[in-house]
Amino acid sequence: MTKRDLICVSCPIGCAITVELDDNNEVISVTGNTCPRGDKYARQECTHPERMLTSTVKVEGAKLPVVPVKSASPIPKEMLFDCMEEINKVSLTAPVRIGDKVIENILGTGVDIVATNNAL
Amino acid sequence: MRECDLVVIGGGPAGMAAALKAYEEGIKDILILERAETLGGILEQCIHTGFGLHYFGEELSGPEYADRFIEEIYKTDIDIRVDTMVLNVSADNVVTACNNFDGLLQIKAKAVVLAMGCRERPRGALSIAGCRASGIMTAGTAQKYVNLDGYMPGHEVVILGSGDIGLIMARRMTLEGAKVKAVCELMPYSGGLTRNIVQCLEDFGIPLRLSCTVVKTHGKDRLEGVTVANVDKNLKPILGTEEYIPCDTLMLSVGLIPENELSKNSGIDLDPVTNGPVVDEYRETVRKGVFACGNVLQVHDLVDYVTEESQIAGEGAAKFIKGEKEYGGYISTKGENGVRYIVPQRINKATDKDVKLYFRVGKVFRNVKLVVKCGDEIISSKKKNKMTPGEMEYVPIKLETIKALPENGVITVTIEEA
Ligand code: SF4
Repeated sequence: MTKRDLICVSCPIGCAITVELDDNNEVISVTGNTCPRGDKYARQECTHPERMLTSTVKVEGAKLPVVPVKSASPIPKEMLFDCMEEINKVSLTAPVRIGDKVIENILGTGVDIVATNNAL
Repeated sequence: MRECDLVVIGGGPAGMAAALKAYEEGIKDILILERAETLGGILEQCIHTGFGLHYFGEELSGPEYADRFIEEIYKTDIDIRVDTMVLNVSADNVVTACNNFDGLLQIKAKAVVLAMGCRERPRGALSIAGCRASGIMTAGTAQKYVNLDGYMPGHEVVILGSGDIGLIMARRMTLEGAKVKAVCELMPYSGGLTRNIVQCLEDFGIPLRLSCTVVKTHGKDRLEGVTVANVDKNLKPILGTEEYIPCDTLMLSVGLIPENELSKNSGIDLDPVTNGPVVDEYRETVRKGVFACGNVLQVHDLVDYVTEESQIAGEGAAKFIKGEKEYGGYISTKGENGVRYIVPQRINKATDKDVKLYFRVGKVFRNVKLVVKCGDEIISSKKKNKMTPGEMEYVPIKLETIKALPENGVITVTIEEA
């Protein structure tokens, strides 16, 4: 059995969480979280760590040259840089509105990249 | 002279929440004055997520969080002037401002909400030897370059200070292909949120060097490198620990200062610790009818708390305008034993609600008791596993408790061994 100490990054409170894992890396117990999101995060982190990705993409014809984007949900941590490469290939034309899909199902993750501000 | 029920100075999250709350409370004649081209304040450049978990129960980016309020404001007939600089607030609440459209504006307000936010501590406030090479900037300036202007200010970066903006920029620059060589923090602990240390530094293998500072910058036209050194417990660099790190960019994330020039010129008392106005439980300053909220009052860690605080100020301003705000004697509040300050600094005895006392601690505390007292009487005592300077804390005080306290009483928040 092994123990892993984690900091929950699901919200800014940052609870200190302890996870007990058995020899097959299966989660036995999660303690220290103050809400269910922490439990979910800890299990995910010990099996397939994921992160939200935020960046900007180029936009033509708007007041500013870029518009911010985010992944609609967390994506596998090891794919962050590959996704950045995809995001940096995109160029949009104004108007772009909050919530507009910028890339659908980025690199087969099932996660869309969406605009997080208006570019008019 | 134009007359107006409520003038709100600043259209960031604080100003917008205060205006909307006052509007909801029946004050319809409201004017927001904003220095920038758009509403939203600093949130517009904070494109990372993590905003709104408390307030909306959703993980939003800064622009998305701001947009929720901007949309609400557009649904009302709250008047907005952007690109407008406020120059003065007089003792009788005449607000003087100017812009290209109206020229000089003078507005006689029944109440004023100060919501000017804060700015970053610049390099000038630190003593680092070296030339004024380009490539040295605050983390917030770099954030504006990358996230709003769409260009990279450098490729090899050292960050001095581990405030949240610095940590966020370490990740942002790394994702855009830059190499962040180190984050140096003068103190033995980080000034940022723990989650940012994990997901902005540890995730990318960026070293956080505690008790370490930049002692010299190299390069004449463009920054070529910095010399860093460890510091002793008096925060003085230790001779012989100097190390040269080549880099073309130095970002400073060494603290935020509330922008209180207007408040100061207007003769409003400031708290020497928060650098923000002294306020009561409705965030009314010592000047009747002038309220303050958001980062101009105290530097917050989470925008959700800014919203909460600003709604209190908006409600207070509405009560004042309607003549419903009661005044009795004051109870004052104070922090002790590592509790650096308390907001609000005083509580009206005639208040009509429970009050939360917000504060920050001066160092990391583990397994302690947070005790609230008045004289020798213990009002509350709560166990705390961990408190850090990077995070804002609060303790609630019940209305019955306030009513039972003597006038001119002092509520003390202190930390004791568990
Ligand atoms: S466990 Fe819940 S409260 Fe604690 S950091 Fe995670 S999401 Fe936030």
